[in-house]
Amino acid sequence: MCPINKKNNRMKPLKIVVLAKQVPDTRNVGPDAMKPDGTVNRGILPTIFNPDDLHALEFALQIKDKIEGTQVIVLTMGPKRAADIVREGYYRGADYGLMVSDRRFGGADTLATSYTLAMTIKKIGDVDMVLAGVQAIDGDTAQTGPQTAEKINFPQVTYVEELIDLGNNEITVKRRLDKGIEIVKAPIPVLMTVNGTFDKCRSRNAKKLLKYKYARTDTELAREEDFIKELVEQRSYLHIPEWNVEDIEAELSKIGLAGSPTKVNKVESIVMKASEAKILSDSQEDIDLMVGELISSHVIG
Amino acid sequence: MDGNVFVFCETDNGKVVDISLELLSSGRKLAGKLNCKLEAIVLGNDISDIEKQISKYGVDTIHIADDSRLDPYLTLVYSKIVSYVLDKDQPQIVLFGASSIGRDLAPRVASTLQCGLTADCTRLEIGDHLERKTKVEYKDLLLAIRPAFGGSIMATIVNWDMPPQMATVREGVMKKEVFDKNYKSEIINIDLSDLISDEDFVIEVLERHMEESKVNLKEAPIIVAGGYGVGSKENFDLLYEFADMLGADVGGSRAAIDAGFLENERQIGQTGVTVRPKLYIACGISGAIQHTAGMDESAMIVSINKDKNAPINKIADYVIVGDLNEVLPKMIKSFHKQAQ
Repeated sequence: MCPINKKNNRMKPLKIVVLAKQVPDTRNVGPDAMKPDGTVNRGILPTIFNPDDLHALEFALQIKDKIEGTQVIVLTMGPKRAADIVREGYYRGADYGLMVSDRRFGGADTLATSYTLAMTIKKIGDVDMVLAGVQAIDGDTAQTGPQTAEKINFPQVTYVEELIDLGNNEITVKRRLDKGIEIVKAPIPVLMTVNGTFDKCRSRNAKKLLKYKYARTDTELAREEDFIKELVEQRSYLHIPEWNVEDIEAELSKIGLAGSPTKVNKVESIVMKASEAKILSDSQEDIDLMVGELISSHVIG
Repeated sequence: MDGNVFVFCETDNGKVVDISLELLSSGRKLAGKLNCKLEAIVLGNDISDIEKQISKYGVDTIHIADDSRLDPYLTLVYSKIVSYVLDKDQPQIVLFGASSIGRDLAPRVASTLQCGLTADCTRLEIGDHLERKTKVEYKDLLLAIRPAFGGSIMATIVNWDMPPQMATVREGVMKKEVFDKNYKSEIINIDLSDLISDEDFVIEVLERHMEESKVNLKEAPIIVAGGYGVGSKENFDLLYEFADMLGADVGGSRAAIDAGFLENERQIGQTGVTVRPKLYIACGISGAIQHTAGMDESAMIVSINKDKNAPINKIADYVIVGDLNEVLPKMIKSFHKQAQ
């Protein structure tokens, strides 16, 4: 395998869109995050940059390091407060950020979400590469990436763990599969989903943090103090665009709840903590009892 | 809903893989409840003995494409063929394994067909759904049941208006069982000639081989951990087998690492990593504070120990007093017996 080329100015700069989602931090849902009725208290969970998407951002920045002039655009779809994701992208090295936000997108499953993202990517125009995390921790479906790829008619490479080589109009990466790895060469344009085993995202850059601290969407600006309003007016790069249904020319029947084939029939919460230790013998009956309880409380199986 | 139950069968070196056989068994039961047929789609190279492999699981129809271009798996090629068959035959339910292939293929196909897809199901049932807004009751839907929200809830997902109802299913949660060893399937050969073209082969697989994944205990939902009490490196094989079955990772106490039973990166505790899995199964771990500091926030703890008074038992939810070399095989057996 050839080593990655040093910065190569002859290569065509790429326009890369990174799909990033703001998610509740479900990784440490402890008993304190449960309401008395046993449901999850989403309100007290902090929101974070979806972990896999940070790896996708790192992937994009590594490509930008190799090909001068490459643009990295962080795209997030979500409620108004998801603008945090765009700012976080700026702090770490993204060139542009964009929000897609509209109440009418609410209730979307992965099919409706991928349609919305695909329409946005088409609207951005001339995109060479779309990178996203393999999955978001609030759903763990790993579906939005491949479904977006289908809708923009890009080939897809999932579970990317390492950038191996970058050439003119082609890219070679290592994929992490259930039982091994695969090295694939893909043409550009392409959509890739990036695994949690990809290099960790670089930290925030102090200069960029200062530069983009006051980046705001119009919705946010409306509630800000005057000096921030003036600042954003003077420095257009602080203005985070916020696109709605009309901006991306989406069909209402394909977005939000209406565009989502999958619906929730029932939700059961999982009991987080058994009260007291059960002491069991090593007999098959005792073990069956325990395994049965673990299965019925959905801890395993 | 009309239509049959379809299962996408993954092949590896000409053999249909376990998860697909589990799905055929599960699909057989669903087809039985719905009083419809079970059909399989099998793509691969050198799979002419396919009837011998899968008919016995109660498959009525096998759609097969046996072609050297179908190995290795390529997303665009497979999704084109699978979408074509599903679009032509209009099934009511389609199942895929939640493997690296299934989770790559199913969403692409679902997007092509504009239908619903539920990921990573652990249970499948047939049932009714009352739509609250319209008061319409939909009969005999696929109830796709899956953990969500970091495993803290179980969600039942339905799709009544954009067929087919598709789901990916985790490996090891359905039981693989022969339905009738003399069962006969009808074979339908898929004609690839007008279906796939050069542009579906734009992605090139340069290399593929087995390689252990980097250990990432912090994000493991289930951890099977062993201590000095496991006794030897060889005895850890049993822990790995058990962990594989549960989709868990293997870790250990400092004593086990120092004894050379496990790699350093698997050490849990004060000088290793701190973990908070949904389930922590401690095997032959006494529970020194240096170890428990790294795992006592696990949501559920099972301790398997010969010593009833081992300190770890104080923070455990279940304590099994016994030899892990006897207990683990019994747990494996019990899991196979009780999993759906």
